[in-house]
Amino acid sequence: MPLRLADLPRRRYGSPGNAACPGCPETMGLRYVKMALGDNVVLVIPAGCSSVIQGIRPKSGINFPILNIVFASAASAASGMSSAFEMLGQDVKVVVWAGDGGTADIGFQALSGAAERNDDIIYICVDNEAYMNTGIQRSGLTPYGAWTTTTWTGKTEPKKPLPFIVLAHNVPYVATATVGYPQDFIEKLRKAATIRGFKYIHLHAPCPVGWRFDPSLTAKIAQLAVQTGAFILFEYENGRFRLSPYSGMYRDPKRRVPLEEYLKLQGRFQTVLKDPQKLEMLRAEIDEMWRWALLLEKGMASPELKK
Amino acid sequence: MSGTAAVVEKPKTYWVAPISYPAPASSGKTGLWRTERPVIHLEKCVKCLYCWLYCPEDTILRREDDYVYVDYDYCKGCGICAAVCPTNAIDMVPEGGES
Amino acid sequence: MVLKALTANHAVAEAAKLARVKVVSAYPITPQTTIVEKLAEMIEKGEMEAKMVRVESEHSALAATLGAAAAGARAFTATSSHGLLYMHEVLWWTSGARVPVVMAVVTRAIGPPWNIHVEHSDVMDQRDTGWIIGVAQENQEAFDLTLQAFRISEDPRVYLPMIVSLDAFILSHTVAPVDVPSQQEVDAWLPSRRQPYVISPETNVVMGNIADDADYYMMRYSINAAMEAAKKVVEEVDEEYGKAFGRRYGGLVECYNCDDADYIMVLMGSWAGDAKKASDLLREKGYRVGVMRVRFVRPWPREVVQEKLSNRKGVIVFDRSISFGSAGQLFTDVAASLYGSTSIRGVVAGLGGVDVRPEDFMNEVTDFVSHVEEFGRVYEPLRWHLPPKYAKSLAEEVSA
Repeated sequence: MPLRLADLPRRRYGSPGNAACPGCPETMGLRYVKMALGDNVVLVIPAGCSSVIQGIRPKSGINFPILNIVFASAASAASGMSSAFEMLGQDVKVVVWAGDGGTADIGFQALSGAAERNDDIIYICVDNEAYMNTGIQRSGLTPYGAWTTTTWTGKTEPKKPLPFIVLAHNVPYVATATVGYPQDFIEKLRKAATIRGFKYIHLHAPCPVGWRFDPSLTAKIAQLAVQTGAFILFEYENGRFRLSPYSGMYRDPKRRVPLEEYLKLQGRFQTVLKDPQKLEMLRAEIDEMWRWALLLEKGMASPELKK
Repeated sequence: MSGTAAVVEKPKTYWVAPISYPAPASSGKTGLWRTERPVIHLEKCVKCLYCWLYCPEDTILRREDDYVYVDYDYCKGCGICAAVCPTNAIDMVPEGGES
Repeated sequence: MVLKALTANHAVAEAAKLARVKVVSAYPITPQTTIVEKLAEMIEKGEMEAKMVRVESEHSALAATLGAAAAGARAFTATSSHGLLYMHEVLWWTSGARVPVVMAVVTRAIGPPWNIHVEHSDVMDQRDTGWIIGVAQENQEAFDLTLQAFRISEDPRVYLPMIVSLDAFILSHTVAPVDVPSQQEVDAWLPSRRQPYVISPETNVVMGNIADDADYYMMRYSINAAMEAAKKVVEEVDEEYGKAFGRRYGGLVECYNCDDADYIMVLMGSWAGDAKKASDLLREKGYRVGVMRVRFVRPWPREVVQEKLSNRKGVIVFDRSISFGSAGQLFTDVAASLYGSTSIRGVVAGLGGVDVRPEDFMNEVTDFVSHVEEFGRVYEPLRWHLPPKYAKSLAEEVSA
């Protein structure tokens, strides 16, 4: 059932006057979490931009109750909270809202542990593809060739295929989403909320400051990432993998918008655009992700293993 | 399973709480950050609500009839609303000139 | 009450059960492991109504415990040595959050080289973190202190997390009789959980976002105020526990043979038993020696230490840990409290579980006494009580 925007209640979902930069994809994403899940939610937030976006005590610029927590253990803190609510007989959705550093790098051990235990939480990785809060340093999720303040001539390694790594834990639900297509994200969140166990949503979040683009283009660049095939939207549910409609139409590379259209709007890819060899490497990184996705779509996942 | 949740009782020693509550303006009136302001031309608006959906700040507000208006106290002027508007009903106008 | 033969680790697990802990999260490490094993067993057998989060690390263990506690459930964890060091960051986060939590620490040496035996370096490394730190001497006290910890930590004058420290193997794996009260008795003594706030959709509380510098400063001030208030709470809880269960320990410190003592040994943990024995034997030889066993490292019992130790002929502090380049940590605190009012010597001994017998304490004390008598006022921060196999060779090397 497609989501009709006009059906969403007229209310404030975010908290204006927060400390986010103009055009921030994180505050966009947080509004969608509220639209999707409502008020019966507690967020767990490790160090990152979202720690700062809240602004200064005694006010908070994110419209949820929050346990701010140390960088490396957001998933575990959420597991503890979820266990407590269960023991206290309260039905509360515990949602981790963590960046790519807090998820793929320093927080990876806790993420993997919570996934393996199938703890009843929703884990959202807000992937802006670098350590933005400390000033745009490379992360495990920075794509090949991207400029950061610790990769001045461009990153020399490909992006860690994190959604597939979480999928390999064979948890009940894994999805990718983007702030470019909020309805898709909202629907995936709503589905995740109906499932018991570990749910993971990887949210692609273009950052104007770190990717070097005009803040008015956040939504457009997020959409271009999907339209060029650079970011793939999919769902993995109970052992079944499927491409989401927004990505399904781009199986055939010929139907995709040329990758350059996505890259040229971003300052961080300027060296890639000038170097055909680097461009090919970045294409190879993207092709590899598509190869994995299409293999999974053909039924690589074993239904016997599903939880 | 159920148990009793903790009783919340105020501390009996000097206490500055490490806690906050969600509220607007945790970083002040962020409208002051703006260099350009969105101006909505309602005659072109088709009430698609894209500007309302994509606004990162919750500063595009819906009227009862679903036409939209801007909360200039907090709008940071990013221009996403103008960029996503399918009918070009929103102009970004430099601040500091004539109103 | 029932007398049970329990290791201190199992005694601690029993206490957590009787305290009606709702969430347990811990990661195994020798010699703490049998606590988490016992709790898992009790939960799976249905003897304990709690949920166990079987985390993948100690960092996660305390984070999960804090998460559960912040949501309003009584929560418990336990660790040791490297596990405690790995948790260190989360210790600060927990005390800063002002969320009551109880953790057992089985004190163990820190590598390299690997060594699993008793030493206090791990717990002493945490004394600046804003946790209350209580130290048991025996299995019974490990049990009692764990129960008391919930009451102290959840007192509205305190609202700080608490460590119950017990020594590796000497307590953790040694069976001794432990008087275990019934669930009804514990329920009557331990009130239901209190805490300063709960994070939930109902309360809408946000914990830990940025505070301005002055607010941050005053939060630190308030943690210290709570620590100071905890001194009275510790004494009260000790007294009320005594009324209910018949055992009192003296509050922040326990004094043994102190009243008429010229010299007093200061130390903490299980080897206090050997020191007390040494004190008895020394008295037989005409030395008036007492023992002050520190039960709480934090809050530091400055007032009691001053009251009990000033105006003695000498104070000798035994540390089972060292701050390299300084002295034993207990020595530093005792010396700072006495500000030169009496002769004092610090002895570092028993590192890595090296056995320290009553005669070792006696030798150290008689050496100190003769030193004080010969030179008058003595201030000697660091003396090494070497293991027997090295004592002779090092002495030769130094004299050569």
